[in-house]
Amino acid sequence: MGFISNFFKGSENSSDVAKNRLRLAITSDRAVCSPEVMEQLKMEIVAVISKYLNIDREGLDIKLTKTELEDSSETVNVLLANIPIREDSSNFRKRS
Amino acid sequence: MGEVIVITSGKGGVGKTTTTANVGTGLAMLGKKVVLIDTDIGLRNLDVVMGLENRIVYTLVDVVENTCRIKQALIKDKRYPNLYLLPSAQTKDKTAVSPEQMKKLADELRDEFDYILMDCPAGIEQGFKNAIAGADRALIVTTPEVSAVRDADRIIGLLDANDIRDNHLIVNRLRTDMVREGNMLSSDDVVDLLGIDLIGVVPDDEQIVIATNTGEPLVGSDAKAGKAYMNICKRVLGEEVPFLDLEETKSFFEKFKAIFKK
Repeated sequence: MGFISNFFKGSENSSDVAKNRLRLAITSDRAVCSPEVMEQLKMEIVAVISKYLNIDREGLDIKLTKTELEDSSETVNVLLANIPIREDSSNFRKRS
Repeated sequence: MGEVIVITSGKGGVGKTTTTANVGTGLAMLGKKVVLIDTDIGLRNLDVVMGLENRIVYTLVDVVENTCRIKQALIKDKRYPNLYLLPSAQTKDKTAVSPEQMKKLADELRDEFDYILMDCPAGIEQGFKNAIAGADRALIVTTPEVSAVRDADRIIGLLDANDIRDNHLIVNRLRTDMVREGNMLSSDDVVDLLGIDLIGVVPDDEQIVIATNTGEPLVGSDAKAGKAYMNICKRVLGEEVPFLDLEETKSFFEKFKAIFKK
């Protein structure tokens, strides 16, 4: 079936291309800050925390998301940061 | 108490003014008392689309500046005695009116009219802010093109930020033949991307061009776009109307092709 439908369709439909491009553009437009600013923010957060704790940079997850407030149905933007700390953190030397 | 509806899109040229003219005329045909307000100061168009350009004496700016009373500026439609137009000024710019003044004007008109339709200019600047200031709900017009859909998404966000959340989508100028070939976003695709409820799909119809030439809205006619606009009007009034089948009769080969496209 795939072969036959591809035969009629040729390559990917231009409407599918449009939909995928739009999905990306809209997601980026809706974000509170641009991907570049977000990357910069991540790097600075990591830099500051690394001064005090030995963090696992691989397992790190920092993102902007929306959440519903508990006492109302209002949604707010939140910055979620999940930063795993390595076990040897207590011995981590504080840089001066 | 009348309802204030803003017709907006973000991008220019997607059919806001045509939609305002047709939805407004359709609501009047259904017996409602309607006023259309052209908020595009400096680039007025709703008057020509309605065929009322020769009757303008006073404008929106005159009303706001108290040069005249509201009643003096309202132009009665040629065909429907319960339909009025408040034209925009051609010689001023957007800053001639403030959102507060627009809200006050809209509220004053609520006592007199069932529906107050605001034809919004393109863009997201002062003209947009003026148009949405007094609105209870919005009709967002888009065409199935990337630029128009993206702008519509921005507009939905801005309406939301201004607490206008009763919003509905009109997909304008849809070409079913191109959708079928996979070369145009379908109305389902657009709804899926924007995440708001659809209130109408208007097919790309050359009758619209002809109607605009003569200054007579197409709504209510037998043309497909005319029917689509009338259905939108009924849905605005809260009626449940099934969506039109916009498909043209397909040839045998096209039907055969469609089976394999699934």
